[in-house]
Amino acid sequence: MSVDAKARYAQSHEYARQEADLIVVGISDHAQDELGDIVFVELKEAGKRLEKGQVFGTIESVKAASDLYMPVSGSIAAVNEALQADPSLVNREPYSGGWMIKIRPDNAKDLETLLDAKAYASLVGEE
Amino acid sequence: MNLSPEPLVFELSRPGLVGCSLPVSDVPAAQLPKDLVRSSIDLPELDELTVVRHFTRLSQKNYSIDTHFYPLGSCTMKYNPKANEAAAAESGWKNIHPLAGHSEAQGAIELIYRLQENLAEIGGFSSVSLQPAAGAHGELAGVLMIRDCLKARGQGQRTKMLIPDSAHGTNPASCTMAGFTTQTIPSGKDGNIDLKALEAALDDSVAGIMITNPNTLGLFERNITKIAAMVHEAGGLVYGDGANMNALTGVFQPGKSGIDVMHFNLHKTFSTPHGGGGPGAGMVAAVKELAPFLPGPIARKRSGKYELAMPEKSIGRLKAFYGNFGVLVRAYCYVRMQGAEGLRRIAENSVLNANYLRARLEKTYKLKYTRPCMHEFVAMGDVAPGIRTLDIAKRLIDYGFHPPTIYFPLIVPEALMIEPTETESKKTLDDFVEAMLSIAAEAKTTPELLHNAPTTTPVGRLDEVAAARSPVLCFRG
Amino acid sequence: MPFIPNAESDRMAMLEAIGKKSIEALFADVPARKRFPKLKLPPALSEQEVLREIGAMAAKNRGADKVSWFLGAGIYNHFIPALVPALASRGEFLTAYTPYQPEVSQGTLQAIFEYQSMAARLFGVSVVNASHYDGATALAEAALMAWKLDEGRNKILLPEDLHPEYKAVLKTYFSSFKVEIVEYSGAPENAALDSGCACLIAGYPCFSGELYGLKAAAQRAHEAGALFIVHADPLMCAILESPGAQGADIVVAEGQSLGNAMNFGGPGLGMMGATEKLMRRMPGRIVGEAKDHDGRRGFVLTLTAREQHIRREKAVSNICSNQGLVMLQSCIYMAALGAGGMKQVASLCYDKAHYAASLINSLKGFKVKNRSFFKEFLVSTPIPAQVIVDRLAKRKIMPGLALSRYDSKKEKELLICVTEMNSKTEIDRLVAALKEAVL
Ligand SMILES: Cc1ncc(COP(=O)(O)O)c(C=O)c1O
Repeated sequence: MSVDAKARYAQSHEYARQEADLIVVGISDHAQDELGDIVFVELKEAGKRLEKGQVFGTIESVKAASDLYMPVSGSIAAVNEALQADPSLVNREPYSGGWMIKIRPDNAKDLETLLDAKAYASLVGEE
Repeated sequence: MNLSPEPLVFELSRPGLVGCSLPVSDVPAAQLPKDLVRSSIDLPELDELTVVRHFTRLSQKNYSIDTHFYPLGSCTMKYNPKANEAAAAESGWKNIHPLAGHSEAQGAIELIYRLQENLAEIGGFSSVSLQPAAGAHGELAGVLMIRDCLKARGQGQRTKMLIPDSAHGTNPASCTMAGFTTQTIPSGKDGNIDLKALEAALDDSVAGIMITNPNTLGLFERNITKIAAMVHEAGGLVYGDGANMNALTGVFQPGKSGIDVMHFNLHKTFSTPHGGGGPGAGMVAAVKELAPFLPGPIARKRSGKYELAMPEKSIGRLKAFYGNFGVLVRAYCYVRMQGAEGLRRIAENSVLNANYLRARLEKTYKLKYTRPCMHEFVAMGDVAPGIRTLDIAKRLIDYGFHPPTIYFPLIVPEALMIEPTETESKKTLDDFVEAMLSIAAEAKTTPELLHNAPTTTPVGRLDEVAAARSPVLCFRG
Repeated sequence: MPFIPNAESDRMAMLEAIGKKSIEALFADVPARKRFPKLKLPPALSEQEVLREIGAMAAKNRGADKVSWFLGAGIYNHFIPALVPALASRGEFLTAYTPYQPEVSQGTLQAIFEYQSMAARLFGVSVVNASHYDGATALAEAALMAWKLDEGRNKILLPEDLHPEYKAVLKTYFSSFKVEIVEYSGAPENAALDSGCACLIAGYPCFSGELYGLKAAAQRAHEAGALFIVHADPLMCAILESPGAQGADIVVAEGQSLGNAMNFGGPGLGMMGATEKLMRRMPGRIVGEAKDHDGRRGFVLTLTAREQHIRREKAVSNICSNQGLVMLQSCIYMAALGAGGMKQVASLCYDKAHYAASLINSLKGFKVKNRSFFKEFLVSTPIPAQVIVDRLAKRKIMPGLALSRYDSKKEKELLICVTEMNSKTEIDRLVAALKEAVL
């Protein structure tokens, strides 16, 4: 399983990666593998403000379903519409085409409270 | 099995046909409300024989208890006596309306009353309501009763329900519907509730615990009386999920051992047919303190007459009318044919059959918990590298057996949950063992036989991922 | 005991394989003091005896097989073609479990898919699920679904003219939540909708039989951002515009009338359909089409991530077992009657009910209260309706439901239902008996 070295990670397996003044959020390669073939992704609409830890969407495979949690507080600046038509993007390219939302963070520093790539890799047993 | 593709009713349709002759009208036609007249309705049109062949052929694409061994764990797929069907087919049952007065429905209310009495005795409870339509509906009733009983005790702040990690999904889902939050209690090494973890969870927000006994690992909860005492001591109540009562009829009365409220699945233990998904019946029983909260109405007897009435502090109605009455007739028929002695034989033979299968399979299919089981046991299907439980299950179909329940309970990896029931013979069990052992051997020598299974069915493994990604839920022709 | 196939010698051999001396020893985990209680149950009966006992109890009932029947109010006396129970009671359908293993359950799965498809067309919706316990729980679950869509909306608008038992069930289902259930009277478009409403519920027709068009109400509900839920008579939808076509978001119904006996009110069939947009919010099992590796068409349970076995405490509902066999009966019924037969049955109901209503309306002291109705109508009576019911019972006529059963203030109201089962002669006899009952 791959870990994107440029991203930071929540314990609940969302990644958060700074891109300009936004934070791109998706789920890690490890998480997509655990869930299996993704059949549906549902995301809250752009414009909504949520606290860290609040649910911004859900993701479903045929055998499992999981809530998606905000890695940092902020408002949703964009959602990945492509996942509606092709949820398998999350399986195939979790860190690129399979991104879910972009957050405009309340506080850019919040990112630092998340695990770095190395710590996350050891959390999921990938050294 | 019928392997030929069967068209959909829509594809068999011929314009103008009808599959049942209907009377001509003997009254004048009335004017329909003009703004609401429906111009067309796109339903199929078939003659009678086409309908008969169609559904007969469809039926031949099913495995069923009448045709195959069906060891589906937690589902108690036992033989459904034909007498049950004859009993339920009486025209006196089929033609009685729920709102006919009590005087018109004395027979129906009497049957409800008698079944309530019998089931209360079997479970060791004070009262029973037959209103719930299925197990999950009984659970909802039970947790709502716990909610109201706690309120009546002045303990309305108790909103957390404890649920063992081996529990069926309906348990936590029912709690949510009753406004409770849930906390999972882990199982210990012996497959029973971890008492230390339970102790730690018992604070004053605890409303109670939902216990399945035997649990979904097929193990009797050895500390049942102790657990009940701990929860009671902490101010909570104990719910019993009775889906697995088949191991305990005539053996153990939960209502006399600390369970406060409980459902039975009459469509499991009491042999009413499962009908490809239902209808079931999920009677709920309660000890004295909780009895006034039962859902209603329930039947009672007053000066020789039967009547239906709402319990004093009832949680209310859970469905219109009185429960799945047709299912209740079947369950009553079954209980009457068994008597106390017969009920004990059910439990004994179901436990014997399960232990026999366990003993014969355990060297090949590993067990996470090795002590004697009750009516079912959970083995693991990863018998060779690259082989998963799903492969074992699908290969069993080629041997003419319905697969066990798979991937449940969630705490056993690659779970194969096997429940033979008491109505299967040693010969059938031996044949099943032979098939299982032979599949385990194939798993090592010719794994492709497993990966490609089943090949003896109308369709092979279906692409469930594609089906869920772009759902086709209706005929679109 | 004919249901236990093992002989004593088999049991001995099995115990030996297990390594136990006795069957009792297998129950060592059960607390000794509690083990093997003596149950106080009546002695077991043979099949012959039990069928005689049950037959005698059944014979004590006086139902539509013995009496001219004009009582509906949620459960209806309709004709059931012989092929319906003959096919549905085949062991392969009757004794199968939920179709968890699709390869050996294609019969059940295809039948569910056909039911979903036919019911969807009847209701004018995109998706129908595989059933709920009954019409009342289907309605309650539909309202729960609407409420959960938007946490800001906590009001449910309910017709005052809804079956009292349905209201009671809805109340039970919502009893743990802070939700305001507000009743409105009259046409659904006149309900007091606002931005706090999760849904507007309408009857099609109402409990009293009153029939309102739904378009205006649908529009008003949608303007207020609420879902529009319709409880419909499924047979009526064969001749009158479907709720879906008039803008309903969710349609629920009691499907007993589609090929199922009255059975003292159960098992019934909770039908639920919805727009495509709501499909992943729906409770209950749903079957979808799928292909195998050779491209053959098959059917599977799908969208299961909504359900309790996967989502546990976060599931949209706790429902697991449903009313499969009842659904199958209705599926066969719809297939056998088809477009023409369904229309004809519905028309017979409509015409006969209107024939009866016009005669009753001309009786002195009786007045039909409905403006528009399908097969059931409300009559105000000159003397207490229950007295009429009791008097007519002696003449083997069940004239309907005295509404005093649910509301003591409605003493002089009789709800009368006429279906294709009632001949003109029977209707004429009812009218004559009503006239004489109040003399
Ligand atoms: C342990 C357990 N609890 C509850 C249920 C739910 O029962 P029902 O399907 O009748 O709602 C089941 C049935 O699958 C079960 O196995």
